[in-house]
Amino acid sequence: MQLAKEVKYLIQKEVLLEWRSKYTINGILLYVVSTIFTCYLSFVSLGDKLAWNALFWIIILFASINGVSKSFLQESKGQQLYNYILASPAAILISKTVYNTLLMLILTTIALGFYTMVFDTFTPPDLLLYYVAVMMGSISFSTVFTMVSAIASKAGNGGMLMAILSFPIIIPVLILLIKLAKNAVDGLPWENSYDEIGMLLLVNVLTVATSLLLFPYLWRD
Amino acid sequence: MYKTWWKILGSVLVIYTAIAGILMGVPRLPIINESIRNLYFHVPMWFAMIVLFSISVFYSIKSLSSKSEIDDIKAVESVNAGIIFGLLGLVTGAIWAKYTWGQFWSFDPKQNFAAISVLLYFAYLILRNAIDEEQKRAKISAIYNIFAFPMMVVLLFVLPRLKDSLHPGNGGNPGFNSYDLDSRMRMVFYPACLGWILIGYWIYTIRFRIRSIETKQQHN
Repeated sequence: MQLAKEVKYLIQKEVLLEWRSKYTINGILLYVVSTIFTCYLSFVSLGDKLAWNALFWIIILFASINGVSKSFLQESKGQQLYNYILASPAAILISKTVYNTLLMLILTTIALGFYTMVFDTFTPPDLLLYYVAVMMGSISFSTVFTMVSAIASKAGNGGMLMAILSFPIIIPVLILLIKLAKNAVDGLPWENSYDEIGMLLLVNVLTVATSLLLFPYLWRD
Repeated sequence: MYKTWWKILGSVLVIYTAIAGILMGVPRLPIINESIRNLYFHVPMWFAMIVLFSISVFYSIKSLSSKSEIDDIKAVESVNAGIIFGLLGLVTGAIWAKYTWGQFWSFDPKQNFAAISVLLYFAYLILRNAIDEEQKRAKISAIYNIFAFPMMVVLLFVLPRLKDSLHPGNGGNPGFNSYDLDSRMRMVFYPACLGWILIGYWIYTIRFRIRSIETKQQHN
């Protein structure tokens, strides 16, 4: 119960900090919107629905790397030390992951809305399934990137290391996500997608479990 | 030589498979024809790579709790040896693909996923280069190694089964099991796997000993 209480307080802290400055959410929103707009201006109209799907995931991938990597990289050393004295490492990791998931869910929902508005020719017939894929994507990106950003922040070499370390890990997840999203774009019945949804959930459970096991070793300097 | 018997066994097995793999009879299958012999040289590379990467993860876990420098060197040197086998696996696969599929690299899912999993370990090595302090480097790279290993397993063993691939064993192409039914091939294939795993392990022990002598010299 101690853990649940700590997690609750830490999430409240993250949300409060974000609410005061509104830097991350507004920054990433502007990033997504301007990327979509740039894509619109350069493509004008997309050739087919596969390109529509791929472009959306590329935009989301880069937006989420930028958004989630902030979670550990932006904290100063003193701030981290203070948190680690007050809370257990598991609570810190869980709270960061949950907070990032919330952030990404809000962000991807807005991004999907804006994207379908701008590129309205290929809106998938099964928008609900596509939204499920987007939600699964937000969860998977947050779980993987939170741990990788913790590793990158400890290595002390921010941005570039984050990209190098996270891309090979995220590619298997991304392949599953694009396949799931493609099912929605093609309008296949839901039964065809249960495999991918199950695999994604499994990968997420695996990631969270290994992160929880490894983080206590990582945070201590 | 130190602890000789398995090194001799490994060398004899590899020499045997090199000779027998080229000279012994193989079943005649359409499309692959004689290129089926690549099974003896391509697949054992992946087995050796997986064994070496597993050794690396084992020592990474050990180095997290023991904090000893030796375990860290063992982890990184087994990755170094494993990457060589991974690259050889990609190259032997690409040469085979040139003759059966017509191109060295045709963006087949199996080729892509194998390449990505090799990238994963290059990222591990770059992460090590990015950190100067030795103990911190040992700890952080061990954590990344353990974190990445399940993803590599997903990449190499789970995802290729969900995708359509031209690779033998996928989508109705004659695969490993149908070769395996032929007892002549089994006579060469199993010794080849064992032999290459032993040679890979040998390379790793030599690299480990060179590195540990080097670090010992640095400390003095």
